[in-house]
Amino acid sequence: MPVLERAGMQIWRRRTGRDSLIRWFGWLIGVAVFVYCWQIISASTTWFFVWDAPRIANDIWTRATPPRWEYITQLGRPIWDTLNIATLGTLIALCLAVPVAFLAARNTTPSALFIRPVALLIIVSTRSINSLIWALLLIAIIGPGVFAGVIAIAIRSIGFCAKLLYEAIEEIDSGQVEAITATGASRWQVMAYGIVPQVLPAFAGIAVFRWDINIRESTVLGLVGAGGIGLQLSASLNVLAWPQVSLILIVILVAVLISELVSAKVRGAII
Amino acid sequence: MLRLQKLSKTYKTGDQALTAIDLDVPKGQVLALIGPSGAGKSTMIRCINRLVEPTGGAVLLDEVDLTGLGPGRLRKARREMGMIFQEYALVERLTVMENVLSGRLGYVGFWRSFLRRYPQSDVDAAFRLLDRVGLLHMADKRADELSGGQRQRVGICRALIQQPKLLLVDEPTASLDPKTSRQIMRLITELCQERGLAAIINIHDVALAQMFVPRVVGLRLGEIVYDGLPTGLTPDKLTEIYGEEDWEATIEKVEDEEIEAAE
Repeated sequence: MPVLERAGMQIWRRRTGRDSLIRWFGWLIGVAVFVYCWQIISASTTWFFVWDAPRIANDIWTRATPPRWEYITQLGRPIWDTLNIATLGTLIALCLAVPVAFLAARNTTPSALFIRPVALLIIVSTRSINSLIWALLLIAIIGPGVFAGVIAIAIRSIGFCAKLLYEAIEEIDSGQVEAITATGASRWQVMAYGIVPQVLPAFAGIAVFRWDINIRESTVLGLVGAGGIGLQLSASLNVLAWPQVSLILIVILVAVLISELVSAKVRGAII
Repeated sequence: MLRLQKLSKTYKTGDQALTAIDLDVPKGQVLALIGPSGAGKSTMIRCINRLVEPTGGAVLLDEVDLTGLGPGRLRKARREMGMIFQEYALVERLTVMENVLSGRLGYVGFWRSFLRRYPQSDVDAAFRLLDRVGLLHMADKRADELSGGQRQRVGICRALIQQPKLLLVDEPTASLDPKTSRQIMRLITELCQERGLAAIINIHDVALAQMFVPRVVGLRLGEIVYDGLPTGLTPDKLTEIYGEEDWEATIEKVEDEEIEAAE
């Protein structure tokens, strides 16, 4: 008990003596484990390469600057592809995520025993595999190109969007749903009047957020041949054309900055 | 018009919320349902329009037993019963007009309601009701911009546009200040009189109930322990409903107000 009696006074401490001793011991073990791990990592590191790193980095930096600005004429199309992959992928994902979310939410699912686990399985399985791996699989199935990228992004995003959306659905105010039900509204009318208006801001926020993430993810899809600016990136890396690489990185940075700006504006407008 | 026969509700947890309630509400009668928290007032109201499924007994609305109805007939029956809620239960992100018109959902098809193409007669009715409760200028405002009293008026409009025979009113004043509470109670009772509506009003505030309502039903632990005139609520009766407490002050307050009103 944190309240102690000592010399007739009531003393209050946050923890009892035993409790703080246990905590102190816990910290001791934590630090010991950290030091031990550090030692193992250090033993298996070739320190020569690490000490060398600044020199190599400096070397690459001098090779990569200045960027080859005239190369930008060849980047317009790939960055447009990348934006399209992200946008189309997000749209497809949202279309598929909405029904999945309604089937997964505890308060709207038609059957908590049979359908909900299936919906949750879809969410978990699409979420757990990275879009780069989806792209690799899809390239094997439908061949390389932008389409594989779009589908990879779409599949990867279903789980993410559906999970956030079904959580939003589960948090709605049931009073509003009750009130609409009490007017004699049908199941679909209850959905349209009682539930949809309540989850609409969350939906818009999720859509923009995921689009933002997808722009970043789609920039690397080209590395495995799924279209977009990543194709140029991997081609330039393969021939060690560092000035082109630096220009591509700048273009990606600008694209991501713009997407971030747009999503911030949209989110501000909704909420 | 409304008759409850041996209506009972036992929750899955085993809590018996209502035990064989018998109640008769004639056409156009407004009655107040009082009782301590957990007495089953809300459950009883929700069992009538089956937002809560009763586990036994019958609810007869114009001699039709609502407890046995299928989904389609139940929706038709719900149109006859307008409901008003404690926390207003307006759809916060829709406009006042949309909220009022949502009372017509039982009469309009899905696509018409989805596209907000309500029949002109419904729109006219909505404007008339908003005018009646003094919120005509607010029709285009979003529901979450309104104050508590205004929201409850919108809730009343939504219930009335259903053209109901009966109002089920669940703690209409519990979230409102004393003055607004009286205004809302007055509005509800007036509107019921104008339209010949019956109403069951759940209410915590005994004094408020006594001021506005000709019949009071006291509920305790899921059973009716009082049914009669508001003036018959003696300290003994209140003790029976709520438990031991000094009731003189509550009752005196009402009498004072009645004298004031008479003057």
